[in-house]
Amino acid sequence: MSDIISVKDISVSYFGKQVLENVSFEFTSGHLIGILGPNGAGKSTLLKAMLGLIPKDKGLIEINSKPINDFRKKIAYVPQRSNIDWSFPITVKDTVVIGTYPSLGLLRRPRKEEKEWAMRCLEQVGMQDFANRQIGELSGGQQQRVFLARALAQKADYFFLDEPFVGIDVSSEEVIISILKKLQSEGKTVFVVHHDLTKVKNYFDELILINKQLIDAGPVEKVFKTEIMARAYESPFLMLKDLEVQL
Amino acid sequence: MEFLHDLQTYEFLQKAFITSIMVGIICGVIGSFIILRGMALMGDAISHAVLPGVAISYMLGINYFYGAVFTGILTAFGIGAITQNSRIKSDSSIGLVFSAFFALGIILITRARSATDLTQILFGNVLAVRTSDMWLTLAIGSLVILVVILFYKELLVSSFDETMAAAYGLKVRFIHYSIMFLLTLVTVASLQTVGVILVVSMLITPASTAYLLTNRLSVMVLLAAFFGALSAVIGLYFSFVYNMPSGPVIALATTALFLLAFLFSPKQGIVFRKIQAFNRKKLA
Ligand SMILES: Nc1ncnc2c1ncn2[C@@H]1O[C@H](COP(=O)(O)OP(=O)(O)O)[C@@H](O)[C@H]1O
Ligand SMILES: [Mg+2]
Repeated sequence: MSDIISVKDISVSYFGKQVLENVSFEFTSGHLIGILGPNGAGKSTLLKAMLGLIPKDKGLIEINSKPINDFRKKIAYVPQRSNIDWSFPITVKDTVVIGTYPSLGLLRRPRKEEKEWAMRCLEQVGMQDFANRQIGELSGGQQQRVFLARALAQKADYFFLDEPFVGIDVSSEEVIISILKKLQSEGKTVFVVHHDLTKVKNYFDELILINKQLIDAGPVEKVFKTEIMARAYESPFLMLKDLEVQL
Repeated sequence: MEFLHDLQTYEFLQKAFITSIMVGIICGVIGSFIILRGMALMGDAISHAVLPGVAISYMLGINYFYGAVFTGILTAFGIGAITQNSRIKSDSSIGLVFSAFFALGIILITRARSATDLTQILFGNVLAVRTSDMWLTLAIGSLVILVVILFYKELLVSSFDETMAAAYGLKVRFIHYSIMFLLTLVTVASLQTVGVILVVSMLITPASTAYLLTNRLSVMVLLAAFFGALSAVIGLYFSFVYNMPSGPVIALATTALFLLAFLFSPKQGIVFRKIQAFNRKKLA
């Protein structure tokens, strides 16, 4: 049985300036969904609105016709790397243990069981040898893997990643995408904000294309076409250069 | 070691001793969260802003605790309101609100009480701690420590990654104002020992010292509490033996500890990093 996540007619503005306008789309679970659009298109804003982190002017976000709020603990969020304080006094392992907090609830502390589970999640991303390092002592790709491990530790059904591939090494990118594909094959739903147009076809099976308004949403083969993509990107030349590789 | 003997003899000194240790501990604990959340300025603001509350309490003849907590909280909300509802940035709104409260406080205090009282409130006089002050400090201290132990997990995640905390349903706004509330309580508890002006040194410096020495929040909090308590006892000693105002001595003691860590901390210390760089050069 697959679930349906639907975004119905949402609009968001910051201090009166509209950033998203009447955006609607719907997906069944078990997809790896790329959110594409040029810089400043509102991709991060869409993610935050879907997570209920910022107020919407209007619209609904539902899973199986119930408000997404009822599913919060089953939603894992991997922030943009630039939003984290990398000098925070926390080790790699403890960062991943945080992923178990939502299921622990108030007052209960992570115990041996949670810590062992965190280690297993670290192993999945190949970072177990770094467990006791401070998180700032890692490369960008390693940091991103640690945060993916934290999301895995959450045992979520929905994953939201904001620009996970920016500024990271090739092998980390491969580790991350293979885990995301594995999650998809297990029936999880993964949303990934992405702005690099190469590899789109290899990475995602569904796309959301936005630039303030929804340009198109659906299967990659349907959306990832020159004439549709050109409507989202104001500077078609830049985009076409990236696209030629694939189309 | 005459001090130790006096400590056993004089009851007022024992009260001062217990109070300053508790103040040191809770300033270190709350200070750790304050600096990690980038709210050091906020700590300074709230500590100054309790002044008018103290004055008003004197005028009304009630315990200074109530007034101080009231204006402290009012400041936290005032700063929040200005930041969220205008384009004024948070550091400016902090400066704007607390200087107004502080100015009002000074005028009210000089009208309500004598200049000596003002000096005591501003710079602390740990030897004048009364029994009721000690119990107040112990009560506030127990509350702060209890909250931090019970909600350590929530404090950690909301300080480290507020977005994730909000995404899984924690009330991050509530946590923010709860920390502001605890901060106000800690400031009030510190009034006698360090005084309004230098509370910030007890909040920020021991926590910063601890921050240089560890990669774990729990260890940082414990170390900060230890450094805070140690500084407070040093302050008490000088205050008693050399008749100095306790606040400034405590502030300098926290700074001395910080400088030691800054120079000699194994990971972050300048001296060790220089030595390492030198060794690396020799190897190359
Ligand atoms: N907190 C904010 N306050 C005001 N404007 C914002 C804020 N966050 C984003 N914006 C604006 O909203 C627009 C969309 O931003 P964002 O969602 O971050 O775009 P993207 O992630 O697609 O690059 C941009 O014009 C940006 O300047
Ligand atoms: Mg973005």
